[in-house]
Amino acid sequence: MTHDKTAQDKRALHELTIHAALEGMRSGEFTSVQLTQALLDRIAAVDGNVKAYLRVTAEKALAQAEKADRRRAAGDDAPLLGAPLAIKDVLATSGVETTCGSRILQGFMPPYTATAVARLNDAGMVMLGKTNTDEFAMGSSTENSAFFTTHNPWDFDRVPGGSSGGSAAAVAADEALGALGTDTGGSVRQPAALCGVVGLKPSYGRVSRFGLIAYGSSLDQIGTLTKDVRDAALLLNVIAGSDPLDSTCLETPAPDYTAALTGDVRGLRIGLPDEYFIDGMQPEVEASVRQAVAELERLGAEVVRISLPNTDKALPVYYLAATAEASANLARYDGVRFGYSAGADSMFENIRRTRGEGFGAEVKRRIMLGTYALSAGYYDAYYLKAQQVRTLIKRDFEQAFTQVDVIAAPTSPTTAFRIGEKVDDPIQMYLTDIFTISANLAGVCAVSVPCGFDKANLPIGMQLIGPHLGEETILRAADAYERATDWQRHAPALTGRAS
Amino acid sequence: MHLTQEEVRHVAELAKLRLTEAEVRQYAAQLSAILDYAERIQEVDTSSVPPTPYVLGLENVMRDDEPQPGLDNEAALSNAPDSANGFFRVRAVFEE
Repeated sequence: MTHDKTAQDKRALHELTIHAALEGMRSGEFTSVQLTQALLDRIAAVDGNVKAYLRVTAEKALAQAEKADRRRAAGDDAPLLGAPLAIKDVLATSGVETTCGSRILQGFMPPYTATAVARLNDAGMVMLGKTNTDEFAMGSSTENSAFFTTHNPWDFDRVPGGSSGGSAAAVAADEALGALGTDTGGSVRQPAALCGVVGLKPSYGRVSRFGLIAYGSSLDQIGTLTKDVRDAALLLNVIAGSDPLDSTCLETPAPDYTAALTGDVRGLRIGLPDEYFIDGMQPEVEASVRQAVAELERLGAEVVRISLPNTDKALPVYYLAATAEASANLARYDGVRFGYSAGADSMFENIRRTRGEGFGAEVKRRIMLGTYALSAGYYDAYYLKAQQVRTLIKRDFEQAFTQVDVIAAPTSPTTAFRIGEKVDDPIQMYLTDIFTISANLAGVCAVSVPCGFDKANLPIGMQLIGPHLGEETILRAADAYERATDWQRHAPALTGRAS
Repeated sequence: MHLTQEEVRHVAELAKLRLTEAEVRQYAAQLSAILDYAERIQEVDTSSVPPTPYVLGLENVMRDDEPQPGLDNEAALSNAPDSANGFFRVRAVFEE
C-alpha cells in the first residue's frame, strides 16, 4: 500500500530530501554521522530485496560523515556538507572498485576520480556506495548488469528501468538522499519515471565527462536522481561547469539553479509534440501527462501544439551512432592494461577471448552493430546517413524552440515492465527509450518528474525538454508543477516477488 | 537486410570478439532485425544535409601547455593483469 509521508508527524532521517537534511544539520537537529548511519541502516534493511547497490562503502561513508561534522563544527557550510548520496558504477572513484556492471572490469580500482564525483566530494558529500547499472550503461532495465538485476521498489517483480536503475531505485527506496546517474539515450530519465523520482539530464557539455567511463561520447552526460526538483538544482549547482580535463565541457559559467525555482510559470510557452503521443503507448501514461500539462496551463502557462517530424527516425539513428561510438570506445578492453584477461597463449587470441568472455550479450551485440555500421561498404549507408538524419532531428528542436520555451512529453511509453519480459527481444527493449533518445541526439536538456500512477500503482513520469543550456527553464516548470501536486510524497510499497 | 553467419564472423573478427556458434546464429538473426528496423532512415532525403557527429561545434579547444603531474608508474600498472620491470607484459605479437 502507498502511504503518504506527510501523514507522519516527522519523517525518518532516511526519508528526507537533500535540502531538508542540510537544514537539519545546519540547525544542529542531527549530525551527518547520525544521518549516514540511518541511511546505512535503511540499506541493510531493504537492499537485500531492492538490490540497488553493487557495493556499499560503509566505513568510508562514516569517515566522510565524521569529517563533514568536523567541518561544520569549524564553521564550514559547503553546499552538500554531510549529505549521503549514491554514485552510479560507471563513474570512476579512486580507491573504490568501479565495474560498469561488467565482468571485464571486475576488481578495477580507478587511479583517479571522475570530476563530477570530485566536485561532490569537495562540496561535502558522503558517498554511500556504487549503484547497479546495465553493463557499460547499455540497457533500459539493469537486466544487462553482469552481477544482478535491481528490483523496482514499487513492485519487486518489475524492472527499475535503466541503465541508471540502481541509482533510481536507491533514491526511491530511501537508500540514498540523491544519486548521480548517466544518460546516453534516457538512462537517467527513464528509470526516474519508472521509480517515481526526479531525473535530470543536463545539456551536452554542461557537466564534465572526465571519469565517466565512455559508452557513446557524443551523447553521454552525467545527470541526477533526486526526490524533488530543488535537490536536482542543488546537485547541478555543484557538478556543472567547465573542466580542463574535458575539452567538450563548456566554459559557459553555471548559474545558481535554485534561483530559477520561483514557482511562477505564467506566460511560459509549453509545446506538446504530436509525435510523442502515439499508438501503443499505455493509455494511463498519456492521460497522466495530458493532465499534468493541463495543470501547468492552470498555473498560467500557455500550451501550444507543435511537431517534431523526424521523431520516428531517432531510435534507428541512435542505435547506429551510439553503437558506432561504443565499438571504438570499448576497443580499450584488451586484457593488457586493466580488467579481465583470458590468459590465452597468443596476443590476438587473448584479445578475442578476453572480450568474448568478459563482455555480456548486449555489449557484444552493440559492438557488433557499431562495427558493422562503420565497416567498409556500409559506412555511408549507416553511420554517415545516421549522422545526417541526426542533423534533421537537431533542427526539429531548434525550430520548435523558436515557438515554445519547453516541450512536454511522456518520459516512457509505459510504466515499469516485468523482469524478463523484454530480454529476448532487443528491439522491444530499445523501444522503451523512444521518447528520451532525441534529447541526447540534439544535445538538449530534459527532466523527468513524477506525474501520476497507473492502475497497478506504478509511477508515471512527465518529461520536460528545454533548449541547449535551458536547465533553468525546465527546472522552474518542473518545480512549479511539483509544488502544485503531491506525487513525490507517495512512498513505494517495497513488496512483490524479490529473487 | 539479411546478415549471414559468415558476415557476422567477419564483423566479430573486425571487433576482435570470440563468439560461440550459438552467438553467431543469434546475432545473425538479431542484427538483421535491427538493421531492418533501421532501414527507415534510408527514406529520408539528406542530399544537402551535413552530418552531426557531435552537437557543440567546438573546435580546437586550447589551454596553456603547462606540465601537470600524471599517473606514476605504480598507479598506471596497478590494474594490469600482467606486468614486469615497470612495463605492461603481453604475449608475443608476431608468431613464429
